[in-house]
Amino acid sequence: MIKLTVNGAARSFDGDPDMPLLWYLRDELQLTGTKFGCGVSLCGACTIHLGGAATRACITPVSAAEGQEIVTIEGLSPDGNHPVQAAWRDLNVAQCGFCQCGQIMQAAALLKDTPKPSDQDIDDTMSGNICRCGTYPRIRAAIHQAAGQTAPATKGERL
Amino acid sequence: MIHDAKLSAELAAGTKPALDNVSRRGILGGAGALVLALSLRPARADETQTEEQKAQKFGADGMPHGWRDDPKVFVAIAPDGTVTVTNHRSDMGQGIRTSVAFTVADELEADWAKVKVVQAWGDETRFGNQDTDGSRSTRHFFQHFRHAGAAARLMLIQAAAKQWGVPASEVTAVNHTLTHAKSGRTLGYGAVAQAAAELPVPTDVTLKDPKDFRYIGTGKVGLIDNFDITTGKAIYGLDTKLDGMLYAVVARPAVYGGTVKSFDDSEAKKVPGVVKIFKIDATPIPTEFMPLGGVAVVAKNTWSAMKARDALKITWDDGPNAGYDTDVFRKELEAAARKPGKVVRTQGDVEGAMAKAKTKVQAEYFVPHLAQAPMEPPAAVARVKDGFCEAWACVQGPQAANDRLMKALKLPDDKVKVNVTLLGGGFGRKSKPDYVVEAALCSQAVGGAPVKLAWTREDDLHHGFYHTISVEHLEAGLDDKGMPVAWLHRSVAPTIGSIFAPDPKHELPFELGMGLVNTPLNIPNMRLENPEAAAHVRVGWFRSVSNIPHAFAIQSFVSELAHAAGREPKAYLLELLGPDRKIDPTEIGDVWNYGEDPKRYPIDTGRLRGVIEAAAKGAGWGREMPKGRGLGIAGHYSFVTYTAVAAEVEVDDKGQLKVHAIDIAVDCGPQVNPERIRSQMEGAVVMGMGLALTSEITFKQGRAVQNNFDGYEITRIDAAPKVIRVHLVSTGAYDGPLGGVGEPGVPPVAPAIANAIFAATGRRVRQLPIRDQLSA
Repeated sequence: MIKLTVNGAARSFDGDPDMPLLWYLRDELQLTGTKFGCGVSLCGACTIHLGGAATRACITPVSAAEGQEIVTIEGLSPDGNHPVQAAWRDLNVAQCGFCQCGQIMQAAALLKDTPKPSDQDIDDTMSGNICRCGTYPRIRAAIHQAAGQTAPATKGERL
Repeated sequence: MIHDAKLSAELAAGTKPALDNVSRRGILGGAGALVLALSLRPARADETQTEEQKAQKFGADGMPHGWRDDPKVFVAIAPDGTVTVTNHRSDMGQGIRTSVAFTVADELEADWAKVKVVQAWGDETRFGNQDTDGSRSTRHFFQHFRHAGAAARLMLIQAAAKQWGVPASEVTAVNHTLTHAKSGRTLGYGAVAQAAAELPVPTDVTLKDPKDFRYIGTGKVGLIDNFDITTGKAIYGLDTKLDGMLYAVVARPAVYGGTVKSFDDSEAKKVPGVVKIFKIDATPIPTEFMPLGGVAVVAKNTWSAMKARDALKITWDDGPNAGYDTDVFRKELEAAARKPGKVVRTQGDVEGAMAKAKTKVQAEYFVPHLAQAPMEPPAAVARVKDGFCEAWACVQGPQAANDRLMKALKLPDDKVKVNVTLLGGGFGRKSKPDYVVEAALCSQAVGGAPVKLAWTREDDLHHGFYHTISVEHLEAGLDDKGMPVAWLHRSVAPTIGSIFAPDPKHELPFELGMGLVNTPLNIPNMRLENPEAAAHVRVGWFRSVSNIPHAFAIQSFVSELAHAAGREPKAYLLELLGPDRKIDPTEIGDVWNYGEDPKRYPIDTGRLRGVIEAAAKGAGWGREMPKGRGLGIAGHYSFVTYTAVAAEVEVDDKGQLKVHAIDIAVDCGPQVNPERIRSQMEGAVVMGMGLALTSEITFKQGRAVQNNFDGYEITRIDAAPKVIRVHLVSTGAYDGPLGGVGEPGVPPVAPAIANAIFAATGRRVRQLPIRDQLSA
């Protein structure tokens, strides 16, 4: 029996301890905000916070989360108004939106560690998160905005 | 407000929407008191039309199920004032749910905060054509949505006037409030919604003056799904939750046309949670949109299904495509491109002019197979129970899914329902609903429990509907001023038609019409040919489709000719376009023209010139560039829209390429949602850059070589240009023809980058992806 905490709620799991957290969250807990994109830690769509650190849920077995705190996109903010989420909406970052939960979780972790990230910091931290729609200019701008910095002129129209 | 006489005349001439009050039909259940359905019937035939003209249909009217006979769009107003708009187009990131809702809301004079959108299920008899592809949702439906909103507004006005006992002309509807100024009385929309529903639908509807638009064209409306997307609440194809749901994956033949000879599931069955393992029969070539077949595993969770699939021992018969090798095939395409082929457009005397030409230039360009690779791989939930199939799926064409479910399950239309979730990207892949059929077969096999079927990324890359593979062979003869007097272009590529018909060898009119036959260059002697090519994989639509190889070849070749002529490439390109003129596409062999009326949608070289100038200006064309840096330019006409890209690149002394900035200009006619036009252009730049620099699917022994995002590389944030400037060139009024937006940004990106590389280094890239060609 594996005990862990998900978005503040105590959980226990007696299934396959090798099951990736991704499928545990999605199939067992029906927390579908954590997305499947590659299954091998190449795209970042499944990014969650495990013990406060951005983690790829698709390659992390449930057993690795024993006794730990997991935060998913559903638990990032009680009202959905984490500064990163707010900036994402303000700049209309999303196109299809599928990767954006992972992008937001990664960006939130970045800002926790690096409150005023440079473009290089953003490149280094966010390059593991693929967006096939190509929303990168707005992701960059939204991270800067959430950090309280002036977004560089990426020409994403402000709304 | 003025009566939009021009629009009315236009609609009357061709396709006037008739509005039906269907509030008693209960189509939206309890959604609201006033339910207006936009019933799109064919307009009265114009007596002056010839039989041939009457038979020709364009735009939405020319699509399967058109926009006729039955309701397409529903507007519902609840007693509390909530406006519910039914959107029948799939949203895969283009923002159509937002654009449809605000278009209706604008003409309705609705408060955006009180507007909701609901998604139509697949039912083209009811909603009209739902195929969300070809960059046509706004293009086909904008005016009809306006009309629906305006009719609803008028009904609210009439209901309020009746209640107050005043003439309707004295009542105004502004931002969800009805006002009788003379008496100072006001009412909310909800208060008269029910009374409005009792009124007959007006036939003479006044559209708003565009200067009064609240939402249309402003770029001020945020995405209607923004909150759900940013909080994980948005439901995509893999996110539907049903009680008692099981989970499935399928092991499919690695080679197109392969079949299961035998399989041993003894180890797979030992995986805890496995419920059922069964064979899905292969669909013979051509598979159309039906499943490839294989062995399905249904389990209590996705992980168990995946583990069990890994444990299957399957013996395959690889079938006729087992020898497919893209390196070998490329040589076949090149050989075909060097010999005469089927002539698809000809004018003048190419041989004669070529013989007299001062200089001859020849080049070949190669574009490989590509996978759409939407971030959400194909996924669907289906429940087949008691003779009824209901599916929830991320599909671009729900009616297409509905039809394939009917075929696979042998069910009548009224026993199948396809609900449309959000799409986690589409790019053409999700126009083919094989995965929905697989989900249904799984549910059927387990006796009716709902089954969620997932494709892994490996499944997506190994069993796709790939972008074709192509060689473009170009020859030109230049006169003593360096301008081409003769132009020969042979385009060789397996056709998308190969998934529908056995072994076709030529491209279809819609493929030839994507930037080949409708090349708008002003050259006296031209011949365009399409030599034969066979398909060995499922070939399918990929965002902008055949425009990718055609634009890459033609726009690169023009730059090569400029160099051969010793001319500056932008000026040369503009000179080659010739004087501003409107070309009837049918007169240059393009019978398709993206399904639009050639009279209403001529190819306007002045508009193409306009976007080339805009992109060049944005990039600061002509400025002095430091060593190793260069600017390149390309323009293209696609989806009845004009786009141009100016790329600034740097190539260091090790051959490392960096794309620093992209200026992209677009002229899609009147702009309904400039904010989403910008985002679509930004995204097209990134996708176009990916296919230019890194993306490629290759085949060995019939099998796709790339497994995941390590082998199939797409652009990441660190490689994406730090600067993408979008220049919106607006043409025409809101009653004029609209162009597409979702796809046209892609084609000019790769040639602009290739041309910039040449400017920076003097090296010409003729094959994609560029990868490490510059360091070799």
